[in-house]
Amino acid sequence: MTAVLEVSGLKTHFFTRGGVVKAVDGVDFSVARGEIMGLVGESGSGKSITGFSILGLIDPPGRIVEGAIRFNGEDIAQASQQRLAGLRGNRISMIFQDPMMTLNPVLRIDTQMIEAILAHEKVDRRTAWERSRDALGLVGIPSPEERLRAYPHQLSGGMRQRVAIATAFLNKPDLVIADEPTTALDVTIQAQIIYEAQKLTKHTGTAMVWITHDLAVVAGLADRISVMYAGRIVEQGDTDDVIDHPLHPYTVGLLGSVPSANKRGARLYQIEGMTPNMLALPDGCAFGPRCGMRTAACAAQPDVEDVAERRLRCFNPQGLAEARP
Amino acid sequence: MTDMTSTSTPADMTAKVETPFQSFRSEFFESKIATVALGLLGVIILLAVLAPWITPQNPYDLGQVDVMDGRLAPGSEAFAGYTMWLGSDGAGRDLYSAILYGLRISLTVGVASGVIALLIGMTIGLVAAYAGGRIEAIIMRIVDLQLSFPASLVALMLVAALGKGVDKIILALVVAQWAYYARTVRATALVERNKEYVEAAQCLGLSRARIVFRHILPNCMAPLIVVGTVQTASAISLEATLSFLGVGLPQTEPSLGVLIANGFEYMLSGRYWISIFPGLALLLTVVSINLVGDQLRDVLNPRMKK
Amino acid sequence: MTVFVIRRLLQALLVVFLMSLIVFFGVNVVGDPVYMLVSPDADQADIAAAIQRLGLDRPIWEQYLLFLKGAAQGDLGDSFIFGEPALQLILQHMPATMELAFTALFLSIAIGIPLGLYAGLYPDNPISKGIMATSILGFSLPTFWVGLMLIMLFAVELGWVPATGRGDLGSFLGIRSSLFTLDGLSHIFLPALNLALLKISLAIRLTRAGVREAMGQDYVKYARAKGLSTRRIIFVHVMKNIMIPVVTVMGLEFGSLIGFSVVTETIFAWPGMGKLLIDAILQLDRPVVVAYLMIMVLFFVLINLIVDILYSILDPRVRLQDQGS
Repeated sequence: MTAVLEVSGLKTHFFTRGGVVKAVDGVDFSVARGEIMGLVGESGSGKSITGFSILGLIDPPGRIVEGAIRFNGEDIAQASQQRLAGLRGNRISMIFQDPMMTLNPVLRIDTQMIEAILAHEKVDRRTAWERSRDALGLVGIPSPEERLRAYPHQLSGGMRQRVAIATAFLNKPDLVIADEPTTALDVTIQAQIIYEAQKLTKHTGTAMVWITHDLAVVAGLADRISVMYAGRIVEQGDTDDVIDHPLHPYTVGLLGSVPSANKRGARLYQIEGMTPNMLALPDGCAFGPRCGMRTAACAAQPDVEDVAERRLRCFNPQGLAEARP
Repeated sequence: MTDMTSTSTPADMTAKVETPFQSFRSEFFESKIATVALGLLGVIILLAVLAPWITPQNPYDLGQVDVMDGRLAPGSEAFAGYTMWLGSDGAGRDLYSAILYGLRISLTVGVASGVIALLIGMTIGLVAAYAGGRIEAIIMRIVDLQLSFPASLVALMLVAALGKGVDKIILALVVAQWAYYARTVRATALVERNKEYVEAAQCLGLSRARIVFRHILPNCMAPLIVVGTVQTASAISLEATLSFLGVGLPQTEPSLGVLIANGFEYMLSGRYWISIFPGLALLLTVVSINLVGDQLRDVLNPRMKK
Repeated sequence: MTVFVIRRLLQALLVVFLMSLIVFFGVNVVGDPVYMLVSPDADQADIAAAIQRLGLDRPIWEQYLLFLKGAAQGDLGDSFIFGEPALQLILQHMPATMELAFTALFLSIAIGIPLGLYAGLYPDNPISKGIMATSILGFSLPTFWVGLMLIMLFAVELGWVPATGRGDLGSFLGIRSSLFTLDGLSHIFLPALNLALLKISLAIRLTRAGVREAMGQDYVKYARAKGLSTRRIIFVHVMKNIMIPVVTVMGLEFGSLIGFSVVTETIFAWPGMGKLLIDAILQLDRPVVVAYLMIMVLFFVLINLIVDILYSILDPRVRLQDQGS
């Protein structure tokens, strides 16, 4: 499989009055055609900033300070806004978290879908309209002609997110970045949306980065998982491997704090301490202060190592023996 | 764990050391423009208060005014021997003295009407918030109705009906402006009323009056102060406008607006100073109050805080 | 929609009725009509005759009914000074005021919105800061004083335009206005600018605040993620959202322009209703004052009505609420 997207050494920093926030601080990953990569982390871990960095949608005081974002072989980390605008919505699409906020409230659905086509292709409005209608049908929206005439507030949240997904796939992009697209929705709707997204990727061969804080969501969806903590990827591997045999203490903690039926009655595990202050990160491992496995070595910054077909940033991986194939 | 809780941001640390007033003060003086405006306002108020002791002439005392001194250019020497740095008006009054005395009247009218309108508007707004239901709906309808007419027009109509005089113009300004305060108080009260602490107070069985006066009123103070500053500036400006149009204060109580109006007829003949200097005094007063009000809004508005 | 309009119309009628009560009793009870109507050196007999003639000896409610009856027939009394029907006088002076107010409204929108847009898009730019400083001045400066300065500068010192009065009238499509002759335009320029100054500041602030708020919204980021051009984002996505509050407020401000024209007309000796009103007040011509007030009440109620209806057309959210109710 060839990599559609290859991110290496990406650093996106925000230069605020209080100091430099290293929201993304050295992130590497790649996504192949037709592959779904789950980017998991708590709020503030830099997962959304990573997504926006790929699209070149970082606004001052933030900017990409280092690293490469190779999209189909072309480094777009420092590309011109013009070049990026040509890619955005065309070759790389994004689905946002809150469908209530992302569709423009005063424009009809057809306007908002058609403009996404017309921005990148010289076709007549009629063709663009037909393609929008078909796209809505594809994500399971009943009577799409009628929905096209509606304003966003006339649709439910789930319906709006379907519109957003349909819009994202309108120009058959090579890569879709989905930023917590199901977080704002009901659980039943969540499952449907995930199903639609999965179907579309398989159908079109589009690569996808699915950003979420919810391990349970990506467990059934992603091919691979990257776990982010404080601006860095701490563990990366095949979904089943990571879920079954987490190596990083943070991943272990995350998995342990997912409630499940077979742990009923047992006390739910919680990760000690609070999410780190991004303005005052410790010198060593950022997770160190919250880590139960902390040793003297953790005062230094752990590098990425390839361990058991995984990429890991930890001096004291857990349960390494079981994980080894 | 210990590491994480002890590392707090600089903002947290200063918040611990400073009292609310101190942090308010340091935030206020962050803006140079606002600091200068506040200083200027202080000087203006001081000049107005001290007018009788720092002017060469009492412009109301006919014995001190000499018609022979009429329309002298700035820097001319008066008959009585002192220099008229800002010139004199048509009746021979020293403009510097007239402006300081005029400032007294303008400020008095502005502040008096501002304070009275604030008290009345606040009370009505609180009554609306306290009573709720039908009474609130009726009060707010009246407020909306009044606010759909420009304050200047309302005041103009009132002075047309009432006639001239300090008391009458204050009354007109109060009627024209109370609704702004009422709306502010009620809007804030509405936001506060839906906050959890009010729900908590209700659950505790506190009386409605106690909730309104002890919990909601203190929260309305910040927006009230901001609206109060801006409305006082606009009251001063409005009084000057009405007096300029000849329907505000009479010649016997020459506020800045009256002085400007008196100079208007001389302006086209090139005797600019009679209108310009009182105008500048009015301008500096209104602008400095507005700048202070602007900064107060930025500092007091919790939404602007990071 | 029809229900909404009918309901608003009924409300408007109620307001007009209430205001007629207030205006009438305000003038007749708060003020002293005898003092206002009869010259100070008239003797007892003159006063008695005047009271008789004006019906001031009848009970107040009877006076009010007479006033209402007259008002319904378009008769608000005759001017004491001109001896003509007051209403007719006002209507004669109305076109000049309307022309002034419309020109001022046009200037405020044509100048204010582009400046506000610029200041909102580039908030840290020195030009934007200059624009904002000027708008604070525009808010603070008393209109009449600015008018004096304008006359001083442009008419007296520079001699570019005439200081006072209305210029020659021209006819176009059956409308007579000074906007259609060069002389007329040179006369209207200063007073219209003077009247517009406050509204220019208002339009700048409204537009800037709206642009800044909208630019931070998800739907703008989403529009960028779709690869739309900056021009389309600003002029379609942002402007369409901003135009709603701006149109509402500027529409409401048209009434206030008419109100403020009292000051401007007096300074520039513009022969409109505002100058008529001031002259009437100074000469104690009560019927003209009352007639002006009633016209104003009608006018403001009408403006509010129009703005409400416009608002419901422009904002799809309002429209739907109405359908629901």
